[in-house]
Amino acid sequence: MEVLSLLGDGMLLSLQPLNLTMILIGVTIGLFIGAMPGLGSVNGVAILLPITFLVPPSSAIIFLAAIYYGAMYGGAVSSITLGIPGASTAVATTFDGRPLAKQGRASLALVTAALASFVGGTVANVLFTLFAPLLASVALSFGPPEVFALMLLAFATFVGLGGDDIPKTIFSICFGLVLGAVGFDQISGAPRLVLFEYNGFLQGIGFLVLAIGVYGIGEMLWTIEQTRGDVTATTPKMTIKGMASDTKEAAKKGWKGTAIGSFLGFFVGVLPAAGATPGSLMSYGVAKMVSRNPDEFGKGSVDGVAAPEAANNSASTGSMLPMLTLGIPGSPTTAILLGGMVIWGLVPGPRLFVDEQEFVWGLIGSFYISNVAALLINLAFIPVFIWMLRMPFTILAPMIFVLSIAGGYAATRDMFDIWLMVVFGIGAFFLRKFDYPLAPAVLAIVLGPIAEPTLRQSLLLSSGDPSIFFTRPVAGPITIIALILIFLPLLKALRRMRTSAKKPAS
Amino acid sequence: MRVGEIFTAGILALLSIYLMWKSTELPIGYISGTGPGGGAWPFWLAAIMLGSCCWTAVDWWRGRTPASRSDDPVLDSHGWRTLLFVGGGVIGFVALISIISMYGAIAVFLFYYLWFLGRHSLWLSVTMSLVVPVALFFFFEGAMRITMPSGLPFTDPVFNFLYDVIY
Repeated sequence: MEVLSLLGDGMLLSLQPLNLTMILIGVTIGLFIGAMPGLGSVNGVAILLPITFLVPPSSAIIFLAAIYYGAMYGGAVSSITLGIPGASTAVATTFDGRPLAKQGRASLALVTAALASFVGGTVANVLFTLFAPLLASVALSFGPPEVFALMLLAFATFVGLGGDDIPKTIFSICFGLVLGAVGFDQISGAPRLVLFEYNGFLQGIGFLVLAIGVYGIGEMLWTIEQTRGDVTATTPKMTIKGMASDTKEAAKKGWKGTAIGSFLGFFVGVLPAAGATPGSLMSYGVAKMVSRNPDEFGKGSVDGVAAPEAANNSASTGSMLPMLTLGIPGSPTTAILLGGMVIWGLVPGPRLFVDEQEFVWGLIGSFYISNVAALLINLAFIPVFIWMLRMPFTILAPMIFVLSIAGGYAATRDMFDIWLMVVFGIGAFFLRKFDYPLAPAVLAIVLGPIAEPTLRQSLLLSSGDPSIFFTRPVAGPITIIALILIFLPLLKALRRMRTSAKKPAS
Repeated sequence: MRVGEIFTAGILALLSIYLMWKSTELPIGYISGTGPGGGAWPFWLAAIMLGSCCWTAVDWWRGRTPASRSDDPVLDSHGWRTLLFVGGGVIGFVALISIISMYGAIAVFLFYYLWFLGRHSLWLSVTMSLVVPVALFFFFEGAMRITMPSGLPFTDPVFNFLYDVIY
């Protein structure tokens, strides 16, 4: 009961005129920043951090958290309408969101994303309110072997996502992981894989460089080539009646994915260093696995949009938990929020809940209010996003190229990365022709820098004995499930080969 | 497509071998007291990449993939034109950034695409080519405080004028 009373006080605080205004402005700014390819919540929070010194700390963190919320909703917009994931957390949304948009059902995809994000955010808020201290202690028990096992589970879902051509999927995963290893060795600090001796590679290859290259340039070239420049206009329409029917359809067809994403996303988000990307990817993989129609995934499944969207919102709330209770940021955005809290004179950690009750519960209360505001503002702007899709393709295509290049530069501030983007785009165009799945590479480049150090730390802990991943109570089951998921498609492929080899004989 | 698939697998196999060789610049084995060497992770991943290419080659030889059974060309004349005009346009766009600034390059690229490739009216092409870069300037430089490349010094007067508007 005490929790509810504190939450009530927190909500009242966040509904004060100044705080409510901050929430509305923050969510709207976040929505548009998130919808821009190349810019995400981290840019919005970092850029607007200095502005927050003009208001009290509780209003400041509420404003930044509202931007974070808005950006997580906005990430789906560019994935669905343009086919470019603006942030790694929205890559999985592209798999089914883009096909739905191509079928003229962009409004359904956007409504599904908004509703799933809302449910994911709400579930995460409730779990956050009720179990914050308990979950923080569970998260602390996750050492390097557990985090690596979790990454292995994420990679295992890639094999399922990559389609039937297993060697090409494995190639794609490993290629993404190797690209993620370019730059410096994280442990020894020595330069590593400075390809063709170009110093530009010393700073590593960022996720956005590969993602924008593959989706913004490669995918566009492929679409123009395949459709011979005559992309069928889907002329999506947006009416109040249509939106109501989309809402009904999204609730009916996307509830399972939403439920999976809401819970799985939160628990993955809580883990330090994991974050929303593996959460959204795993939720997509699990939703596909438990679906009665797994073949629909990748072709425009409503569950395929709902699962990652619920998960990334849920995980973004979850990642606030280790930041507030332990002082450990779960994502780059929460790292900036943490920095802001320190500047405002607040000390994140277990004492924060005792010493700064008004601040903490005001923030938690604002999560609920921000979530409702984000849903309403997002739904209100869906007609604007749909209008974008009604533009002739010969106008939309150059706009996508321009946003890709300008957004890519805004994120990296390096012309070397822009050239690399073009190289990846043209490479992706050819690889796509030969059915190489590229989504696994894009996701692997994000997870590689988390997986490698945890693998090395684990092996160091066990003096090189890999059984550490099987003998620990949490890491063991996760590793075994991951290995089953990796080898299942391989066994299926081998069985299919044997069956097809027997057929001519019979 | 048949030749293209094995050619691509061959190129990717060579890339894998290069990455394996490059990884050996750091230790790839287990070092007592410090754990796996810095080159181990990329080395073994590149080795798996090489193995995948070999697997793809076997699939190609046995005709298991759609591309290995197809006699269609990888790119027909339209495909090559797309790559030349659209892909070439994007390369030209990026090359122009260092000369006439990000916004200048956006204006030229939009005009090229809309007027030459998209066959839109001159009025629409010119309007879009002017409005979009100016709008992006105010978004990036004004709202987001992100400075884009301003090209060679001859673009300074235009930027000075626009910066006067912002600040």
